[in-house]
Amino acid sequence: MRYATLALAGLTLGQILLPQAVFSKTPELSQAAGTYNITGTSQIRFWVDQVGGGSINGRFTKFSGRFRIDGRSIGASSISFTLYPQSVATAEGRMEDFLRSSAVFHADAYPTVTFRSTAVRQTGDDTAVVDGMLTARGITHREQFSVRLQGLKGNAIAFNVTGNVYRSRYRMDVGTPIYLNVVKFDMDIRGVRQ
Amino acid sequence: MRKPRDNGYGIGEICLHWLMAGLVLGLVVLGFAMRRRGIDPALQFSLYQWHKSFGLIALALAGLRVFLWLAAGRVAPAPGLGVVERRASTATHLLLGFLCLVVPLAGWAVASTTTLNIPTFLFNLVVIPPLPMARSAGAEAFWSWVHATTAYTLLALAALHSAAALFHHFVRRDGVLMRMLGRRTIDPVDTPANEGSKR
Ligand code: HEM
Ligand code: HEM
Repeated sequence: MRYATLALAGLTLGQILLPQAVFSKTPELSQAAGTYNITGTSQIRFWVDQVGGGSINGRFTKFSGRFRIDGRSIGASSISFTLYPQSVATAEGRMEDFLRSSAVFHADAYPTVTFRSTAVRQTGDDTAVVDGMLTARGITHREQFSVRLQGLKGNAIAFNVTGNVYRSRYRMDVGTPIYLNVVKFDMDIRGVRQ
Repeated sequence: MRKPRDNGYGIGEICLHWLMAGLVLGLVVLGFAMRRRGIDPALQFSLYQWHKSFGLIALALAGLRVFLWLAAGRVAPAPGLGVVERRASTATHLLLGFLCLVVPLAGWAVASTTTLNIPTFLFNLVVIPPLPMARSAGAEAFWSWVHATTAYTLLALAALHSAAALFHHFVRRDGVLMRMLGRRTIDPVDTPANEGSKR
């Protein structure tokens, strides 16, 4: 019942939002233009596959960020994002402790992981690719994320963002090869226009 | 189990014994060290993985020894032992052999029931599947307890067993330790070096 209501709500929302994709389709880019704060309803999920099947799945519950959508050129848009590895959540308390420890995030010494975009490139009607510098454990590397617009309604905008990060670059490769080097991100980013 | 053999330990049994003794002692030290509080978490992770890999080798060797006992029979106690000594040594050896199976099996049960769900990747080469057991905090705690208790019991028994072997060698001056070191002389009287074996 609850599911049905949700599905219905999703459908209506989809009908309202999706035909009006921001990029190139209606609404015009100018309609989406603005500076947005990333809200706490966003979901920052990640997983690391393990040998023999299965994976560690987790998410971060504390983060902040903002992005600016340029009204004239998507390429001029930008995003900055900070997450707090102390807030990592998994199904296992001991796994969380391990992720926070000096073996992985070293959250005491490096309380934030940051991302600053350097380039935004539109790749389709509702898709784009964002390049940027990711800093974790004091190490900075260029990373790339794929962005898909999910909807725009009033001052609220929703994106799904995915990307793969090699943890060895940030000296977080403990547990390889039992756990693969690649961390897969799947994030639902919700923004509210300022 | 076949009838005990009187011809002493073969080279295979001797190698198996010392390999197993080294592995068990190393695994107890490793197991104890990796469980210490305040250990570097990355080091702890790899120690656990080494422990599981070597532990499974110990399990395979323990299985081999029991198989040899069943297939070829156990070696009869050294001549010159009293009835009580024979009984005690046989009982100790059987219990040692049994514990060498139970301890790693319980360890495997820990790895199979823990909610941490960390794969067992034997020397980073082969994935060892978990035993078909349900994962839960309760089951993990139980098997952890069984594994630790039996492991330290095995250590205590091995200490007693080594003390007996050393007692025979240094106090009784008989051939009990020597026959596990591959020397065939079981003569209680010292044989002059140039005479060699009496047989
Ligand atoms: C003869 C073989 C083995 C010996 C002598 C041995 C010995 C030990 C010892 C002494 C400990 C520390 C117990 C404590 O102080 O809490 C330990 C812990 C442990 N062993 Fe073994 N072990 C053996 C085989 C294995 C095997 C085959 C596995 C898994 C495949 C295994 C998995 C573990 C695990 C997961 C722990 C940590 C238990 C916990 O977190 O409470 N062990 N072992
Ligand atoms: C964890 C360590 C050890 C284990 C699990 C172990 C286990 C065993 C077992 C199962 C046997 C019987 C062999 C068979 O019938 O095939 C045996 C025999 C023997 N072990 Fe050990 N052992 C250990 C350590 C030691 C040590 C440290 C010594 C010497 C100081 C030692 C000396 C002997 C001797 C001399 C025999 C032969 C006894 C006889 O003449 O029948 N063992 N051991």
